[in-house]
Amino acid sequence: MSDLYAALGAAASLIFSFNRDLVEIVLLSLRVSLTAVAVAAIIGLPLGGALALFHFRGRKAVMVGINAMMGLPPVVVGLVIYLMLSRAGPFGTLGLLFTPTAMIIAQCCLVIPIIAALTRQTIEDLWEEMGEQLRSLGAGPWRALWTLLWEGRFSLLTAVLAGFGRASAEVGAVMIVGGNIDHVTRVMTTAIALETSKGDLALALGLGIILIILSTGVNGGAFLLKEAAQKSQMS
Amino acid sequence: MRGSFVYRMALVLVLGLAAAVVGGKPGGAADRFITVASTTSTDNSGLFGHILPIFESETGIDVRVVAVGTGQAIRLAERGDADVLLVHHKPSEEKFVADGYGVRRFDVMYNDFVVVGPKSDPAAIRGMDDVAAAMAKVAAGEAVFASRGDNSGTHKKELGLWKAAGVDVDAAGGKWYRETGSGMGATLNTASGLGAYTLADRATWISFRNKGDLEILVEGDPRLFNQYGVILVNPKKHPHVKVEDGQKFIDWLVSPAGQESIAQFEIDGRQLFYPNAKKEGS
Amino acid sequence: MKPVLSILPLALDKVTFEAGGKRLIKEVSCALEAGPRSVIIGPNGAGKSLLLRLCHGLIDPTSGSVLWSGAGGKDPSLLQAMVFQRPVMLRRSVAANVDYALSLRGLPAAERRDRVDDVLARTGLRRFADRSARVLSVGEQQKLALARAWALRPQVLFLDEPTASLDPAATLAVEDVIAAIHGTGTKIVMTTHDLAQARRVADDVLFLYRGRLFEHSPAGVFFEAPRSAEAASFIEGKLFWRRKEIAS
Repeated sequence: MSDLYAALGAAASLIFSFNRDLVEIVLLSLRVSLTAVAVAAIIGLPLGGALALFHFRGRKAVMVGINAMMGLPPVVVGLVIYLMLSRAGPFGTLGLLFTPTAMIIAQCCLVIPIIAALTRQTIEDLWEEMGEQLRSLGAGPWRALWTLLWEGRFSLLTAVLAGFGRASAEVGAVMIVGGNIDHVTRVMTTAIALETSKGDLALALGLGIILIILSTGVNGGAFLLKEAAQKSQMS
Repeated sequence: MRGSFVYRMALVLVLGLAAAVVGGKPGGAADRFITVASTTSTDNSGLFGHILPIFESETGIDVRVVAVGTGQAIRLAERGDADVLLVHHKPSEEKFVADGYGVRRFDVMYNDFVVVGPKSDPAAIRGMDDVAAAMAKVAAGEAVFASRGDNSGTHKKELGLWKAAGVDVDAAGGKWYRETGSGMGATLNTASGLGAYTLADRATWISFRNKGDLEILVEGDPRLFNQYGVILVNPKKHPHVKVEDGQKFIDWLVSPAGQESIAQFEIDGRQLFYPNAKKEGS
Repeated sequence: MKPVLSILPLALDKVTFEAGGKRLIKEVSCALEAGPRSVIIGPNGAGKSLLLRLCHGLIDPTSGSVLWSGAGGKDPSLLQAMVFQRPVMLRRSVAANVDYALSLRGLPAAERRDRVDDVLARTGLRRFADRSARVLSVGEQQKLALARAWALRPQVLFLDEPTASLDPAATLAVEDVIAAIHGTGTKIVMTTHDLAQARRVADDVLFLYRGRLFEHSPAGVFFEAPRSAEAASFIEGKLFWRRKEIAS
């Protein structure tokens, strides 16, 4: 119990002193995860929608594959991306290893399946509800895709938030491809891992509390946005 | 259209995100930096936090330390993902140079290992001078021992000591001998939680914040000596290596200024690392 | 937007539809002419909805053909519209729902605005223009679906049991709108299982039973002197519907 109180104390003192290192780590965490989620959404939303609407050979296999990839172990993804970006690897000349960009790439790989799989289900359900009417009105498959993506925007926002949750909470991928370099690639989760390995459990837990506050903040913001949009809908 | 509010909010969010992405970049291409592959025990002790700012202010070169296990650090350097290698296992380091991955090895500093264990000391090894004998006693009494089990310098040192003690730990795996397969800090956490014995480098031990019931029981045996070496990654194998800046770092480490800064690093008034670079190197 | 040519008459030639190993539409042949309001009636499970979808092109026949008259090179599907039993509304305003349909046709914004205004006024929905479509009652939503179809100025309007989910007052309101649409020159093809509605609306009747077209005659003829025993039973209300799975 005393560890928990110590953790709360550590978290409070870090926050209220506007600890510069903490601010730096928080900003980097947000930058990496939000960018990864944004890119993953740009790729995953149309991908999931296309998977829902276009029936091609092997579609079921792709669906199962993407669903399975929702459970990709972050550390494995990190390892694969490391091998690709390593100087000894195929994309080594890009010099991306141990940079925030590599971390964004790795997190993208983790988040895209989540967004795509959830989008597919949402769009499939919407198509069942509206497909005939849309076809009757003359919407081609691509136009229908965009229409349904906007139609399902509230459910899809939840899918994107699920993706953000995954990205901001993982440590395995960013640790390997980022290297947890102080002031360069250290984010909340890798900082927590570091403090744990130094035995400073109170500080590690305190950082964990801050991370949860951060995640709550992002989700809270999204919720308010959704409420406002729905209210302007209902008038 | 009613949706215009939503569009405006979304636009604000996207712009904010873009600003964060673009504005957050640490410096630009003008940033001078080298990548050093080192070990978690060295980093966790806080040494780098002390000496690197001195080097950086003198030279303007940013030193980025990737701290992983010894085995992984060497692998990183072999693949050319680092410019400089700084670890503490001489045989591996010499092999690294011999295989052509490194240019030349230099001694930098040393510290020592200690055997820590629970205050109650069930194997009764406190104060022993002979570390191999002490470990033989731990094995004989089947007292719980936490090993790093990760092929690190510490792990290899530990295995060497078991050999000297005539103990076969492979047979004991999972019983009194627990291999955590992780770094020094994680292993110490495990030892603290289990009330187990373990071998740790003194620097990590002193700066470790979760000692719990553990304390140093055996120290001082010359076999517990822990030498650190630094090597420049060979540009012949990896042309992109930052030879000039990497060499500057090595030169500084073995110079009187660098050596002094190492010696000055203390925790709780206790010096952790002892500089011992040879005057002409290697 | 005046079409170059009429796409009517629509000619069905031995149209058959099979699904799940069962023949649900059996060799239906008929011609739908411009002008009269055609109502397809029959008991539930007769295949009325299926036939409508085959005509509109939402599903393809297993054999046989559905042929529109030449539309002067224009895609005939652009000159049709359909309204379903349950109105399908997008999560946006009433006006935006109509505007969406028009945007699919590529009309410029100014013309879209005019048409939206026009159909909303004609269907009495103008005061709801900026409200979310989904907060309207079912009856109002169905009127909106009609308005949306009307804005497209179709030559043919298909309606699949459009008032089955509505109360009597809403039913009459919807029938009024359908009449108004017919008044502007659109061919009406509607299905219903409600005999009274058929009597009110139909100019000519197609009687469908178990996937087969038993009769196609002017309304007066059909209701006074049906040619088949099944039709006679149906008119008397004695033809009980059979549960049939319709693949749609």
